[in-house]
Amino acid sequence: MTPTTGNLLITGAKLADGTTTDLFIADGKLADPASAPAGTQRLDADGLMALPGLVDSHTHLRQPGREDAETVDTGTAAAARGGFTCVHAMANLTPVTDTAEAAEYVQSLGERDGHCEVRVVGAVTKGLGGEELSELGRMANSKAAVRVFSDDGKCVSDSLVMRRALTYVKSFNGVIAQHSQDPRLAGPNACCHESEWSGRLGLAGWPSQAESVIVARDVQLAELTDSRIHVCHVSTAESVEVIRWAKKRGIKVTTEVTPHHLLLDTPLVAGYDTTFKVNPPLRTSEHLEAVREALADGTIEMVGTDHAPHARQDKDHPFDVALPGMLGLEQALAVVMEVMVNTGRMDWPTLVERMSYAPARYSQTSTQGRPLAIGEPANVTLVDPNARATVDAEASRSRSRNNPYHGRELPDPVVATIWRGRITYQR
Amino acid sequence: MRHLLSCADLDLASTNAILDLAEEMQQVQSRSVKKLPALRGRTVVNIFFEDSTRTRTSFEIAGKWLSADTINVSAKGSSVSKGESLRDTMLTLDAMGVDAFVIRHASSGAAAQVASWVKAQVINAGDGQHEHPTQALLDAFSMRQHFRRIGAEGFAGKKVAIVGDVLHSRVARSNVLLQQILGSDVVLVAPPTLVPTGVNEWDCEVTGDFDTVLPEADIVMMLRVQRERMAGGFFPTEREYTERYGLTPERLAKMKPGAAICHPGPMNRGVEISSAAADAANSLVLEQVAAGVAIRMSVLYHLLGSEEGALR
Repeated sequence: MTPTTGNLLITGAKLADGTTTDLFIADGKLADPASAPAGTQRLDADGLMALPGLVDSHTHLRQPGREDAETVDTGTAAAARGGFTCVHAMANLTPVTDTAEAAEYVQSLGERDGHCEVRVVGAVTKGLGGEELSELGRMANSKAAVRVFSDDGKCVSDSLVMRRALTYVKSFNGVIAQHSQDPRLAGPNACCHESEWSGRLGLAGWPSQAESVIVARDVQLAELTDSRIHVCHVSTAESVEVIRWAKKRGIKVTTEVTPHHLLLDTPLVAGYDTTFKVNPPLRTSEHLEAVREALADGTIEMVGTDHAPHARQDKDHPFDVALPGMLGLEQALAVVMEVMVNTGRMDWPTLVERMSYAPARYSQTSTQGRPLAIGEPANVTLVDPNARATVDAEASRSRSRNNPYHGRELPDPVVATIWRGRITYQR
Repeated sequence: MRHLLSCADLDLASTNAILDLAEEMQQVQSRSVKKLPALRGRTVVNIFFEDSTRTRTSFEIAGKWLSADTINVSAKGSSVSKGESLRDTMLTLDAMGVDAFVIRHASSGAAAQVASWVKAQVINAGDGQHEHPTQALLDAFSMRQHFRRIGAEGFAGKKVAIVGDVLHSRVARSNVLLQQILGSDVVLVAPPTLVPTGVNEWDCEVTGDFDTVLPEADIVMMLRVQRERMAGGFFPTEREYTERYGLTPERLAKMKPGAAICHPGPMNRGVEISSAAADAANSLVLEQVAAGVAIRMSVLYHLLGSEEGALR
């Protein structure tokens, strides 16, 4: 970690609302620029935008367990490169984050090696087995203060287990984040969106309804238990419809969409390049359109990268065997800008809501997702909205190279990331 | 043409060139000395990650009759279980100076992936549920000979019924593509649970009603149905499958005069095809096997045979 410490005066930055301001960072907080002493280190932000530090609701850091694919150090460095000041470390580690001790260990790795804040996500069930509840309450009470629980990678498919989990976490205001995949409709071999493409390519299909039937069940269980459900990586038009319905009924449901489900579509798998194997799979254009619209109108209230680094040897297999998952942290903002902002679907204040405020509220992380105002934590992402570049997988700060945007020309917005007043990335 | 991975790699000219050369190659088969010097000094590795008797043997014979050094590698069992990735396995063999790989793999897309990694040329000998292009070529070869025998040359306007488990069949996918190139009308006949998603985009007719299609078909191609499909809930019982989709003696009698029967093998006699049909005078089953060697000689020659490559 090579943080720049000390005070910093950022001058002439444009905020998401269009106003221009100076930002004075002192002791990890935003202070009155007028109080900046002469000689304070300055950063000229003319032509740049200052956004509250981005928060990723869904990150796989792979440590402990698969340090050859990613570590807290490299994963959070990639996060800082992408403009993030906070990530949520998913629980499918080795060992699984299903005890207070495991949660505190991941938390300590974040404190020691993190280039951004690491919020720990706990497993819903022991060993992600889908049967017995993890020590949800002990994780909540631990130093990691876990509020989000998820068996992500696997679906809590048993309705009764799901009901119990939703009910149990109410006493500490937890939320269950579900990987919605009916394990019978989309079994272990399912590796391609069920469509004309899966049919032609001879790949086992993963119908969009394998997601939406679980979403439909879960929102009703959330209603039954009056508890909070979060739908991870929403990828289908049907799920969006169910979520709209649930919200109309006042059900406490939040949702996220990944950058790749906003931009990348099923035909990319036609060459059997396993970089494009991901779960849920890349969907067809009508689904992309549906999740874009839902992100714009707030049906989907946040972006979560589902950053999933994999070592080369886990991807160099036949398509049905290779591990699913792709990188996302470094290009997340670029993709959201390209798909949502540059097309006029979403304005900057909404982007800030989706990529900073909403994910911080989701996990009750008070240090993140705050406006750039005096007294607030100095978590700032400086953005050049006009910069563009061709993505090079080799240039990544991640330890892995399964970058689906490699070779694509995209915005390259992040100029600097500041977390707790320290510069964690600077171009 | 550098690789043969899919029938989509072919057009009418290249298909006819392969079929025509296969006819010449077939004449070699009837000689007492069958060896041609065409691929002398070239090395062809048949790497089969999945069991196969007829395909592997016919590729091996084809290579040998063309004087290529043909090596069989049985790589059964997933590379994952050996702790080696498919890419590493193939790069290892490629580094030995192989000219061509003939690859069979249980995973769809494996041949295309390998082609993107290795320097050698790649022939897809069946990849999962995706394609099996040389099977479609030998089917077309047998059909062409049959049409000629009955004095009805040409594929245009011919109705080819492909019957059975289309969903899991690489033979069906390759045949649909190749028969479209040749100009015949393909009808897929399958229980609705064994029809691939998006088949309406394939530019062929799809039906669950075998008995309506049967009397109009010039070729009836029966696909092997695997017993595990029953356990997978795709159809209730073997008996019901046979009753609705089997080429029974009763259905055999209803075939159009001059129509022929194909089956890629191995056959489940009594399930998708009755013995009466398998052994009928109009069954092309053994002819297909014989054609397999000639077609694979032709494909090997076209890909490897000259500096230019006849179909490049």
